[in-house]
Amino acid sequence: MAVRKGSASGAKAGANVSAEELKKFYNDMLLIRRFEEKAGQLYGMGLIGGFCHLYIGQEAVVVGLEAAAKEGDKRVTSYRDHGHMLACGMDPKGVMAELTGREGGYSKGKGGSMHMFSKEKHFYGGHGIVGAQVPIGAGLAFSDKYKGNDNVTFAYFGDGAANQGQVAETYNMAQLWDLPVVFVIENNQYAMGTSVKRATKSPDFYERGIAYGIAGEEVDGMDVLAVKAAGEKAVAHCRAGKGPYILEIKTYRYRGHSMSDPAKYRTREEVQKIREERDAIEHVRQLLLTGKHATEDELKQIDKDIKAIVNESADFAKESPEPALEELWTDIYAETAPQNA
Amino acid sequence: MATKILMPALSPTMEEGTLAKWLKKEGDAISAGDIIAEIETDKATMEFEAVDEGTLGKILVPEGTSGVKVNDPIAVLLEEGEDASAADEAEAPKTEAAPAPASAPAKAKAPEAEDMPKPDTSPDWPEGTKMKTQTVREALRDAMAEEMRRDESVFLMGEEVAEYQGAYKVSQGLLDEFGARRVIDTPITEHGFAGIGVGAAFGGLRPIVEFMTFNFAMQAIDQIINSAAKTLYMSGGQMGAPMVFRGPNGAAARVGAQHSQDYGAWYAHIPGLKVVQPYSAADAKGLLKSAIRDPNPVIFLENEILYGRSFEVPDLEDFTIPFGKAKIWREGADVTIVSWGIGMSHALEAAEKLAKEGIEAEVIDLRTLRPIDYDTVLASVMKTNRCVTVEEGFPVASFGNHLSAVIMERAFDYLDAPVINCTGKDVPMPYAANLEKLALVTSDEVVEAVKKVTYR
Ligand SMILES: Cc1ncc(C[n+]2csc(CCOP(=O)(O)OP(=O)(O)O)c2C)c(N)n1
Ligand SMILES: [Mg+2]
Repeated sequence: MAVRKGSASGAKAGANVSAEELKKFYNDMLLIRRFEEKAGQLYGMGLIGGFCHLYIGQEAVVVGLEAAAKEGDKRVTSYRDHGHMLACGMDPKGVMAELTGREGGYSKGKGGSMHMFSKEKHFYGGHGIVGAQVPIGAGLAFSDKYKGNDNVTFAYFGDGAANQGQVAETYNMAQLWDLPVVFVIENNQYAMGTSVKRATKSPDFYERGIAYGIAGEEVDGMDVLAVKAAGEKAVAHCRAGKGPYILEIKTYRYRGHSMSDPAKYRTREEVQKIREERDAIEHVRQLLLTGKHATEDELKQIDKDIKAIVNESADFAKESPEPALEELWTDIYAETAPQNA
Repeated sequence: MATKILMPALSPTMEEGTLAKWLKKEGDAISAGDIIAEIETDKATMEFEAVDEGTLGKILVPEGTSGVKVNDPIAVLLEEGEDASAADEAEAPKTEAAPAPASAPAKAKAPEAEDMPKPDTSPDWPEGTKMKTQTVREALRDAMAEEMRRDESVFLMGEEVAEYQGAYKVSQGLLDEFGARRVIDTPITEHGFAGIGVGAAFGGLRPIVEFMTFNFAMQAIDQIINSAAKTLYMSGGQMGAPMVFRGPNGAAARVGAQHSQDYGAWYAHIPGLKVVQPYSAADAKGLLKSAIRDPNPVIFLENEILYGRSFEVPDLEDFTIPFGKAKIWREGADVTIVSWGIGMSHALEAAEKLAKEGIEAEVIDLRTLRPIDYDTVLASVMKTNRCVTVEEGFPVASFGNHLSAVIMERAFDYLDAPVINCTGKDVPMPYAANLEKLALVTSDEVVEAVKKVTYR
């Protein structure tokens, strides 16, 4: 078992990354950011209700890990799920329309921001109970191992969730049964208003697997190349039948925990500093420009295209009708076996 | 084009707020992410960030104004090159927050049950079927084994289910037949393995999760209810958790408060779950087979005291009992006694005693608490005009309370007496033998209740 601090060779990986791949990273991360900004606006206008947890700042985590995934791999996460869905290829229109609670949403408007799913993209939610998605992720991995294929499940959770009891229970069983699951701790330093330091005296989450024999690694989550490299390593470990792997990805959320966060637990300067010095999208933008992989004009065109996609999703989310009232009574019980796998 | 900046909604419940302070003044340049104002909501003072760039052309709502409605224009933002006059021309706020296009009108009503009950009186198995004597324990084991032979995706997991052959020996022999891949001993981590079971069900398998007893399922209640029961709905029908949670439920004997509770009413409360509480061995077998095949999460409440009881079980290759179909154990014209699970032993015993006194009780075994066979109960009550329910659980918000309410609503005119709910007493289960006996529901209490509703 290896436990390592510090990033996998992100810089080195960066040296021979293709222009195509860099552009895709830029595109995918920017899509999430613009989508989330739009969601924030729609929330302000009252079109989105309830809780709405934005992913702004953390884009490199899901985009980097999706680059390490193959068809058939599964993912499951918490309520902060918009970025994960966009990164695995779900339609921005269906996601935005779920945020507005409309018929065209992924859950026909019955799930909301925190509860969306896609069988097609192997996205298993969208879970509102902190930590509950972790054993579910291990169970998805269990199903793949049972069937004897080489799929891997990414179970994403936060630094706050990492302290939940069921996470420890799951580590133990995942290692006991060699389940092909990557535990991805998105350490954005805060669980609502509680900083990591105020929640644990053992803040190195990548070491939490030691007690169970699970290898773990700390990764710079503001560097998409480092995330991808670490993801590839973790996935290879799982596919080789060696059991689970822990990635603690250091990241940062720029916005409030949800929309109604008075943000008294951190200073504006702290946020500003990371935005200015560590932003993951800006990082890739610089790699593209200094490496002469793209011109300013090309990037502007990407920005424009994304803006169009996001606006289209917002229009769709406004125009899609509210679900038919009969929908209140559907999907409580399945009549026939769901084709879950 | 100049755009209006609207009063934002900053919390799920905010309808209006106070514009506490402007941090930018007219003429200031603004870039996305700048804080332009402080707004007081019902919860806190929050910073309001600009989402677009431009110049603050005009402030429409001065600072200190309270009761500003969400979506009211509070300022005008000018684009590059526009001057202040554009601010005046800015139209009413882009009516982006237009109401959602209305959906097809329909009544938000539950599909209504027919007025007159139509009980299903078909036999559970064909007449003349050969029968064999089996304990409930053996019947449960056979049900699992048959289903595991039939469907490769069915597997059993739980504490001591494999090598130890089951804490109550229900899984006897399954490890030998199916191997460690499909009969899996877990560590003592109910919340964790219940969640792993849910994930495995999402992944296309058919888990049977055994709780050593249902008392310990409280550790896993979140996964059972929030994850297993609700996902089909939350996903708009895309995926759910076809699986069985099973194990002994209710009081055993002298095991004290933490190991003696009937959870029937708890689980029956939850839409998305099916809840089975069998009494006889034949029902245990036929219903467990149905539970394993059911495309929904099923709570299967067994009983330690019943495990060793023997009953006649049909000697058939494959037989199942459908959910939502009660069984009439005894016909009678004077009173209806409704029970399920171990409550049935008290109900049947009471009926014997009553018969000796010339009172003929109709005894109905509900068998499943979700779905509920209202029709069989109502048809019987309309015949006898009296009803007593029997369960082991606590009296407040008991399942009998629910049945009483439905009977009152749908058969009020037929009732000659109030329905009485016989339940366990409203106390944690005591250890002392004499007190435990007092705490449990008894057949004598059922007899007494029947006499009360029949005015004898
Ligand atoms: C079991 C449970 N307890 C409390 C909450 C309320 N809650 C929602 S999110 C959250 C903070 C979680 O922080 P973290 O795991 O770090 O994830 P992040 O929000 O930073 O992505 C809390 C306490 C909840 N949803 N579930
Ligand atoms: Mg966090």
